[in-house]
Amino acid sequence: MAETRFGRAINQAIAECMEEDSSVIVIGEDVGAAEGPFKVTRGLLNKFGSQRVFDTPISEAAIVGASVGAALGGLKPVVEIMFMDFVTLAMDALVNQAAKQRFMSGGQCSIPIVVRTPHGAGLSAGAQHSQCLEAWLAHVPGLKVVCPSNPPDAYSLFKAAVADPDPVIFVENKTLYAMAGELAVGGDADAIGRARVARPGRDVTVVSYGASVHTSLAAAQSLQGAGIEAEVIDLRSLQPWDKEMVFASVARTHRVVIVHEAVRAFGVGAEIAASIGEDLFDELDAQIVRVGAPFMPVPFAKSLEAQYIPGVDAVTAGIRKAMV
Amino acid sequence: MSATKKRVPKGRLLPLYETMVLIRQTEIQLSKLFADGEIPGSVHLCIGQEAVAAGIMSVLRPQDTITSTHRGHGHVIAKGIDLGRFFKEVMGRAGGMCSGRGGSMHVADPSVGLLGANGIVGGGITIALGSALAHQVRRTGGIAVAIFGDGAQAEGVLHESLNIASLWRLPLLFVCENNRWAEFSPTSKHFAADLGELARAFGLAFARVDGNDAEAVARETETAAANLREGGKPYVLECVTLRVRGHYEGDPQKYRDLKELSGLEADDPIARAAEVLRALPDGETELRAVEERVALRVAEAVRQAKDDPLPDFQQALQDVYTGVRGA
Repeated sequence: MAETRFGRAINQAIAECMEEDSSVIVIGEDVGAAEGPFKVTRGLLNKFGSQRVFDTPISEAAIVGASVGAALGGLKPVVEIMFMDFVTLAMDALVNQAAKQRFMSGGQCSIPIVVRTPHGAGLSAGAQHSQCLEAWLAHVPGLKVVCPSNPPDAYSLFKAAVADPDPVIFVENKTLYAMAGELAVGGDADAIGRARVARPGRDVTVVSYGASVHTSLAAAQSLQGAGIEAEVIDLRSLQPWDKEMVFASVARTHRVVIVHEAVRAFGVGAEIAASIGEDLFDELDAQIVRVGAPFMPVPFAKSLEAQYIPGVDAVTAGIRKAMV
Repeated sequence: MSATKKRVPKGRLLPLYETMVLIRQTEIQLSKLFADGEIPGSVHLCIGQEAVAAGIMSVLRPQDTITSTHRGHGHVIAKGIDLGRFFKEVMGRAGGMCSGRGGSMHVADPSVGLLGANGIVGGGITIALGSALAHQVRRTGGIAVAIFGDGAQAEGVLHESLNIASLWRLPLLFVCENNRWAEFSPTSKHFAADLGELARAFGLAFARVDGNDAEAVARETETAAANLREGGKPYVLECVTLRVRGHYEGDPQKYRDLKELSGLEADDPIARAAEVLRALPDGETELRAVEERVALRVAEAVRQAKDDPLPDFQQALQDVYTGVRGA
């Protein structure tokens, strides 16, 4: 089977969802005629027309808010927020409106929207175009948050997100767009909330998601020679996260390292570490280790940014710390 | 604002009058229930603003959708929600239409086109924008109505929404219910522009109407709705009224000049409609019949609400997500 790039996998998933369900619409800044800043919406306007693909003004609050209203009107909007940093402008719509409609209405309605947004550093895009803010959204009851690490998962998770009756934030790491991989036919409808073992191992569990999965795999590989067999778990879904798989792994390895590109403080890793500390304390043979970005805005200069992003060395050091 | 001294047929004004009386009596009951500790949280009453709700909703069809505000009781009642379930909701009971999870500021009933009151000033505007988009894309023939207060004129989402509605020519009616007070400040301290000029800047139709004249509100809404249904450009309607009560029940309103609140009876939308109706044949009898009918309805709704059980916590927890719960 031919390989498909990450961005193309999402593009294919969107197109298939739009073919299968005429209520699916695409809405966002430059998603139509310009085909999206990362070309993820390539060809959609041509194929589905201007009553399915909407180029919006630069109005993030209105775009996401309108998607909530459109969802209440029977549509399934796929919204693009051009950079995850811009979710700040749509926080009322996401946090106070989309996330709460089902609960506040006593279950009278659901809000089936998918908000696609690229996160992550590595392009010298500076502090306002590089942030990983997924922990904010995972903190809000009513939202789901997924973050694929490869093309087949991007394809599956996207299709699952569109099929999901609730608002799903679909986070795409910018550095993954060119990554190639084989897609599974039809995808995996139950992908949300289920992690996968990216690399089996017996000595230590490394929990990660998105682009950091690849850093974790490289670190695990580099420690093989030293006799350390690290198991790498790719969460895929952050809210909900696959507690069962992570706990089962930690119960076997008795050691755990959590790795993400987002700032370490108050991050996804903090939640996972705390859950393990609370429920799996007796299984642990070492301290829980978190590897994440330092507590600073993402710097611009390539040299600074390279030091900012948690790399293979940082993960390797983290694993060694957990092996003491 | 003075009453427009037009001859109006009783057949139109009487139902408007009944809706206004229903809203007024509901609000008076809620005020009492709040004072008695039967309502948790806070309530924002729309006493004196009933003509806006009654006038607009008298024109809308069941498939038309609205979003409302924190001061939305009038809008939701006039849109046709079940009164008993409304009282239960505001009182935090299990039988409320939102199972006691929404309350006064979050009453919603999509089955009657009510996409929710909203606790965020301006929060409903973009939802109505999206609802209008759905009407357009799905060719429902319906229109969406974004009701917001004068305070929301300073919110960015209004300006974003005016722009998008105009660009996409959406079937959307913007209604500014201008009660001249944005929480604890007069509108003059919040908004430097003129809504009419703002609407025109975006190429939208605009009308300003005496918001205490139910018939005039209905007439303007009719024009706007007919325009929108024929594919006309989005419409902005400003209904000028006055907030009679505090921002919330119990608000001592020390920031307000009491002179503003004296002599309001003459401009009371219900009194004004009654005056017209009373002059018509059998007017007095009809007015009394309305009062009695409404009083019975409200009393029955209150009685039911007081007897209703409290909501179940586990059930509430189940409704954070539609399917599998988060963690």
